[in-house]
Amino acid sequence: MSELFKVIEEEYQENRKNHPDFKAGDTINVHVKIREGNKERIQQFQGVVIQRKNKGSNGETFTVRKVSNSVGVERIFPIISPSIEKIELIREGKVRRARLYYLRGRQGKAARIKEKMKHSTKNNA
Amino acid sequence: MSGIIGRKIGMTSIYSADGQNVACTLVEAGPCVITQVKNEDTDGYKAVQLGYGEMKEKRVNKASKGHFAKAGTTPKKKVVEFRDFRVEFEDEVNIGKEITVGAVFKEGDFLDAIGKSKGKGFQGVVKRHGFGGVGESTHGQHNRSRAPGSIGACSFPSRVFKGMRMAGRTGGRRVKILNLRVMKIVPEKNLILVSGSIPGAKNSFVVLEK
Repeated sequence: MSELFKVIEEEYQENRKNHPDFKAGDTINVHVKIREGNKERIQQFQGVVIQRKNKGSNGETFTVRKVSNSVGVERIFPIISPSIEKIELIREGKVRRARLYYLRGRQGKAARIKEKMKHSTKNNA
Repeated sequence: MSGIIGRKIGMTSIYSADGQNVACTLVEAGPCVITQVKNEDTDGYKAVQLGYGEMKEKRVNKASKGHFAKAGTTPKKKVVEFRDFRVEFEDEVNIGKEITVGAVFKEGDFLDAIGKSKGKGFQGVVKRHGFGGVGESTHGQHNRSRAPGSIGACSFPSRVFKGMRMAGRTGGRRVKILNLRVMKIVPEKNLILVSGSIPGAKNSFVVLEK
């Protein structure tokens, strides 16, 4: 990609700086601004990140999947979108793929993701 | 009509003030040099010729070397003529003068973009002209699902009409896209961001007309 894109994209990359660093497999809670007429309210969408696409560019998006009333729901968010109020990192998952499409075919217990073990300070000492 | 010559960098997307995601094309436009000013006395019409893009010295033939020397510039790769170039600033249109993006366009303007579309090679009628194909794979059809169908009637007229759309070389021709909005201009880097797409490959020449 040309260096010249940076001149344009720099301004929009500011939006991402407020967000935590998350990967596929992590569980996040996205606070989305929703406009209804003149009113604006915040809606939350919590689920597992199944992919991050086009990393580093203005076109970067991430897909969040959750199961709502036993129906799988996926939402794609552009990471620089101004309608994302904030992103909370709820749980870090340990996965071996960048794209977790296999979750779509699984339900309940089979769709679990192992939690990433954090290094405790004890071991470092 | 005034305008400028540039080079397509590629596409990106930005958010407009009202929160809409807008797909945009980034063009490195100019600086161009006025290489010739045509007028009614000598040429029969008014026009301004702009040059853009450096060219290797050894690739330039003598004729064009002389042409660019007259304007006092280095040889340019792409030369485009604009009719009635910024008539309101007639005095400023002098040979050898440098034209930059900021001088021609401002944010919010609408422009037309001309590029050479990507060559697709020899293509059938479905891709080339948007025909529907036969549309059925059963009921007696065999390996003709993308066929053009009938190309004319029978003993009258006993020929195929001229201009009948058929398969052939596709793309690689001049295409003009009308009414693209200027989203942003970065004069220091000679960059202009235009809404929508522009024909042609990355790094290909683009003419932006006002």
